[in-house]
Amino acid sequence: MQLIQLQWIDYTILIAYVAFVIGIGWTLARYMKTSSDFLTSARSIPTWVTGLAFISANLGALELVGMAASGAKYGIATAHFYWVGAIPAMIFLAVFMMPFYYGSKARSVPEYLNMRFDGRVRCLNSIAFAVMTIFASGISMNALAKLLSQLLGWNYDLALWICSGVVLLYVLKGGLTSAIYTEVLQFFMIVLGFAPVVYLGMKDVGGWHHMTEKLQAVAQNPAALDLKAAGTHYAANAWTSAWQPLLAGSSNNPMGVDIFAMVFGLGFVLSFGYWCTNFLVVQRAMAAKNMTAARNTPLVAAVPKMLFPFLVIVPGMIAVALTAMPDKNYRIPPPVISQAAYTKAVDVVKNAGTSSPDSVVTAVSTALGKKVNAAKIGALLTENAGGKLGDAELEKGVYNAVAEYDYDGVILSLVKKYCPPGLLGLALTALLASFMSGMAGNVTAFNTVWTYDLYQAYLMPGKSDSHYFWTGKLTTVAGILLSIGAAYFASLYANAMDVIQLVFSFVNAPLFATFLLGMFWARTTGTGAFIGLFGGIGASAIVHGLTVAEGKGGWLGQKLFEFPSTMAQNFWLAAIAFIVCFTLTLVISLLTQRTKSDVDLKGLVYSLTPKIKADNLPFFQRPGVIGVILLICCVIMNLIFW
Amino acid sequence: MGLDIRWPIGLMFTLIGILLTGFGATKASASTSLDININLIWGVVLLIFGVLMLVGAVTGRTKNPPSA
Repeated sequence: MQLIQLQWIDYTILIAYVAFVIGIGWTLARYMKTSSDFLTSARSIPTWVTGLAFISANLGALELVGMAASGAKYGIATAHFYWVGAIPAMIFLAVFMMPFYYGSKARSVPEYLNMRFDGRVRCLNSIAFAVMTIFASGISMNALAKLLSQLLGWNYDLALWICSGVVLLYVLKGGLTSAIYTEVLQFFMIVLGFAPVVYLGMKDVGGWHHMTEKLQAVAQNPAALDLKAAGTHYAANAWTSAWQPLLAGSSNNPMGVDIFAMVFGLGFVLSFGYWCTNFLVVQRAMAAKNMTAARNTPLVAAVPKMLFPFLVIVPGMIAVALTAMPDKNYRIPPPVISQAAYTKAVDVVKNAGTSSPDSVVTAVSTALGKKVNAAKIGALLTENAGGKLGDAELEKGVYNAVAEYDYDGVILSLVKKYCPPGLLGLALTALLASFMSGMAGNVTAFNTVWTYDLYQAYLMPGKSDSHYFWTGKLTTVAGILLSIGAAYFASLYANAMDVIQLVFSFVNAPLFATFLLGMFWARTTGTGAFIGLFGGIGASAIVHGLTVAEGKGGWLGQKLFEFPSTMAQNFWLAAIAFIVCFTLTLVISLLTQRTKSDVDLKGLVYSLTPKIKADNLPFFQRPGVIGVILLICCVIMNLIFW
Repeated sequence: MGLDIRWPIGLMFTLIGILLTGFGATKASASTSLDININLIWGVVLLIFGVLMLVGAVTGRTKNPPSA
């Protein structure tokens, strides 16, 4: 039911892509002479390349798949992740933080922390980052291998090892530069691979206006499509307006979030925490040619980022509209169900005889292990009276009646629906490219942090550069192997994986508070930062343990509060972690001695760094000016979809 | 860093563009979706994009001759 047949042209496109990425790696190999070349690209990359790599490192396949899923679940409000979350954070990074990252000549984010605070904060950050980034890599590869096995029938292990092998080949040869260049390639693949799918989907649904009408009907009765529990009603604009359902309160929007959690939790804490401190993306800006290029990198990235909702979120909305249009013969895919279960369900329908429709519905549901839509089963039974329908048609009927949704399958189902051979190969290669690129990005970030911040700093300091160069190469191999291990772990222990990701969210939440105080207040001390971080992580964990959302959390026994959704819980956790970390860092800093003088902190703190003179640049090329213009564009976007 | 990324991007998309255009032109019935020969049209778009990238790469080379 699910397998896609690829033709020679699809395979050719895929092989062409693989050949080119490996070729890029091999061509770059001759320029890799020092550890700096290999691990940090020796600050030599042009702005448009670092800019596109910056956005691409974040635009992994999980983002593509996830945003379409969220677009289906929540509508255009998903764009908040971009227009409230990402863009302001990227502008802040460009204008205010890059001068410190780049000007300090730190080779990594933990190294900046070492310069600004001390080894403890660096150690905490680098270990946490190294572990998280390997797990992120593993999750990415696991999702890819599962996709290939479910979609194309490829063997999971083979898919995992071969794709990892391809990544190893180009990263081992060309280091960070390979990863950056292939990320740019991936960016174009994604845009050019998915734009036609969005166009075709939009055409099929009858245009934006028609889609909006359908979504308004769905919003008022989502239970008709089994999207939400019976009796849920939202205002007509729940899927098509980004702000109004939010302002109306958490019970009036499908996300279940209130305005404070959205703006402060997501918009400020989580987004700034990610975009301003995550080495995976910051590393790309640090590879730029000079200070202006480094500051412009996130700004260059912000332009496509602002437009991405139309590429990645709108497909989800199209999918919901299509599901509400019965003559389009489309439904948001059900969760993956084995063929054996389908056969059993078909048998139940075939042998229904004179049993009551309700008992048939229950039996089908049991056979599939999923909820089914009673009305649709009833209609199927009527159609099949006297054994009229064949097995294939019965299976299709059962498939259409499953009342649970696998939102992650949305983007692929649209690709399957609209792409003929040729375009199909392009879209699938784009998806594959983004998964592999995710692994490459994570492994190169891991490499730099391990080699410089853990190995060179603590294990084997003072060796020659050649030693670290070869350490970098070895770490590439180790990083890939560890990622494969993490992928297997993710595939076998999905629940453990959820716990691990939860822990990561605790660790990430308070980070931005530390950086904010570190960069803008000279009085912040290492002890304050260290304790503040731990306090923030702890606060996150404790609040999660004491509250519940959709059945998750509350493991400390007492359930003090119930959030309307896990998303709301996450945003509030972030907000609380930030506040705790900020307050603790501030208070403890005031109570402890400064270990670094003003001279030590020059170039690391805002008040102690000479302002960058951008006067020689034409007005519209100054980062500050570009930042303001982008911010205005972002506000306009928000207003258009108010 | 030694390799102008516009070369591989240009070459790859030109190649894919040629493939898709060819397929769309010769196997028009297999290439349609919603009554549009999407392979042909998109193939041409990719081809143009690839060629533009290559033009960028070539002009980049003449502006900044590669150092030894």
